[in-house]
Amino acid sequence: MSTNPIIEMKNMNKWFDDFHVLKNINFKVTNGEKIVICGPSGSGKSTLIRCINRLEVHQNGKIIVDGTELTNNLKNIEKIRAEVGMCFQHFNLFPHLSIVENLALAPMWVRKESKKEAVERAMHFLEKVKISDQALKYPGQLSGGQQQRVAIARALCMKPKIMLFDEPTSALDPEMVKEVLDVMVSLAEEGMTMLCVTHEMGFARQVADRVVFMDDGQIVEEAKPDEFFDNPKHERSKEFLSQILH
Amino acid sequence: MVYKFTKNPEKRTLPRMEAMAKWMKKNLFSTKANTVLSLFLIAGLIKIFTPIFTWLFVDATWIGDAAACREGSGACLAFINEKFTYIIFGPYPREEVWRPALTMFLMFALLWWSKEPSRWSKKLIKWWAGFVILGWILMSGGLGLAPVKSTSWGGLPLTLVLSFVGIFISYPFGIALALGRRSQMPFIKSICVIYIELIRGVPMISLLFMSSVMFPLFLPEGVSIDKLLRAQVAIIMFISAYMAEVVRGGLAAIPKGQYEAADALGLNYFQTMRFIILPQALKIVIPPSVNTAIGMLKDTSLVIIIALFDLLSTTKASLKDPEWLGFSVEGYLFAAFIYFILCFSMGKYARRLEVEFHRGHKNREVQI
Repeated sequence: MSTNPIIEMKNMNKWFDDFHVLKNINFKVTNGEKIVICGPSGSGKSTLIRCINRLEVHQNGKIIVDGTELTNNLKNIEKIRAEVGMCFQHFNLFPHLSIVENLALAPMWVRKESKKEAVERAMHFLEKVKISDQALKYPGQLSGGQQQRVAIARALCMKPKIMLFDEPTSALDPEMVKEVLDVMVSLAEEGMTMLCVTHEMGFARQVADRVVFMDDGQIVEEAKPDEFFDNPKHERSKEFLSQILH
Repeated sequence: MVYKFTKNPEKRTLPRMEAMAKWMKKNLFSTKANTVLSLFLIAGLIKIFTPIFTWLFVDATWIGDAAACREGSGACLAFINEKFTYIIFGPYPREEVWRPALTMFLMFALLWWSKEPSRWSKKLIKWWAGFVILGWILMSGGLGLAPVKSTSWGGLPLTLVLSFVGIFISYPFGIALALGRRSQMPFIKSICVIYIELIRGVPMISLLFMSSVMFPLFLPEGVSIDKLLRAQVAIIMFISAYMAEVVRGGLAAIPKGQYEAADALGLNYFQTMRFIILPQALKIVIPPSVNTAIGMLKDTSLVIIIALFDLLSTTKASLKDPEWLGFSVEGYLFAAFIYFILCFSMGKYARRLEVEFHRGHKNREVQI
């Protein structure tokens, strides 16, 4: 594991109109690191990771992803987006395309791969998320857990260096959470750099190198998972943990 | 990617008559009150439609001259018979009417062929382009055919040209305007908004007047642009504005997550629109766009005010024949019948497309 940061945020601020969502964020992620971001709703955790691939625009400060600074330069944004995969809470698969088309579309048009190559890799990743038998179906015919696994495979098809997960399991029925987390764990074991907004504390303990706790637009505490869960330092962290862990 | 649609498997298991009897029992005669009501309504329908039917078919004068018609008590279908060529083809030279007839036949044949979405390909566009060129030569002359000026075009071919060309060309314009209206770029956005609101804010008649009366004033002396072409442009401009609003409705119905997912994958704006947003949005707007198309087909009858002889104008003109005065009901019914066939088939086809695309999510064969 190298120690140079693959993501770096320096004094980053973001407002939604008058509302100061992210306040002076300083944050580094090294290559291969797995980070779990948690915090109460409205604390800015989703916004934070959405800034990394510019789904949200930050107003000041710097965000540098893999050596490229995020500015209004479209070329840079496209370059970064091709390297950063993302999974959403509501999967956001393309309902009018079959599963394999969902996966092959971006590699074919963004990475300019041949159809054969794109489809082969699509099948490889579907295999990996144990869903290759559904390749010709449509998103609407799959269960939530299956759809989220497809969404992960879709992001992986772009050969990303970083994967962002925005509450990937919170829209799922409880019995489907595990199948998605299993895929994420195996991805972590392969050394993928991951930033995950989640409240799955078991997952955090198992794979995270670091837990980042956010509240009110600020990073309140950063610690190793065992340290964070067993011995939180801040009042807000303690309060939050007591609420979710009972 | 090749799209294939599987046909709906025939679901009817009962013989037709038996199924009908069952349906009637269930829907018309389920209770005593319903039975009474049904019988009452059926009697009413018979009472209304029998005289119409008798007038239109039984007592009708099918052949003969105007005098024979006046003697008979029914509809004067002989009038339609007599004026058929004029109503359908307008002032087009009589001995050449096979040309617009052939053009229309080719168009309907091509439309019929194009109705299966599985046949929508680049090749089909080439076929249509070929048809447009061939149709143009057939209608206006050339290659050994006697030239016919567009001022002599008329009747059904004119209505079809104005409305179909109008609808097909304005569709992509409408999409572009709708995308422009939702654009982040203020300049493009305001141009699109101004255009759409301006055009929607005036009646089509005024646009047609402008194209025929005002527009030539701006041209240098000696230069003149074909009147039909000017009317066609006015119609395209008009429909585009309406199509734009229809498409905008579809765009607004696509969840934000679809844009975000496309962004996150690194697709650029045009790729996102082409592969993700428009295929979904245009499917949603099939019903309203066909609604607009049907409205526009009927609105082309307004070209009468700039002296173009569309189907309704030729019908009106036939009624003025001093020998055949007084058969306006028959004349208008005939024109209405043709309009109805055209509009009804458009609506019916749109419904089928909708079902097909919807089912496509499940039954489509995917070839990749």
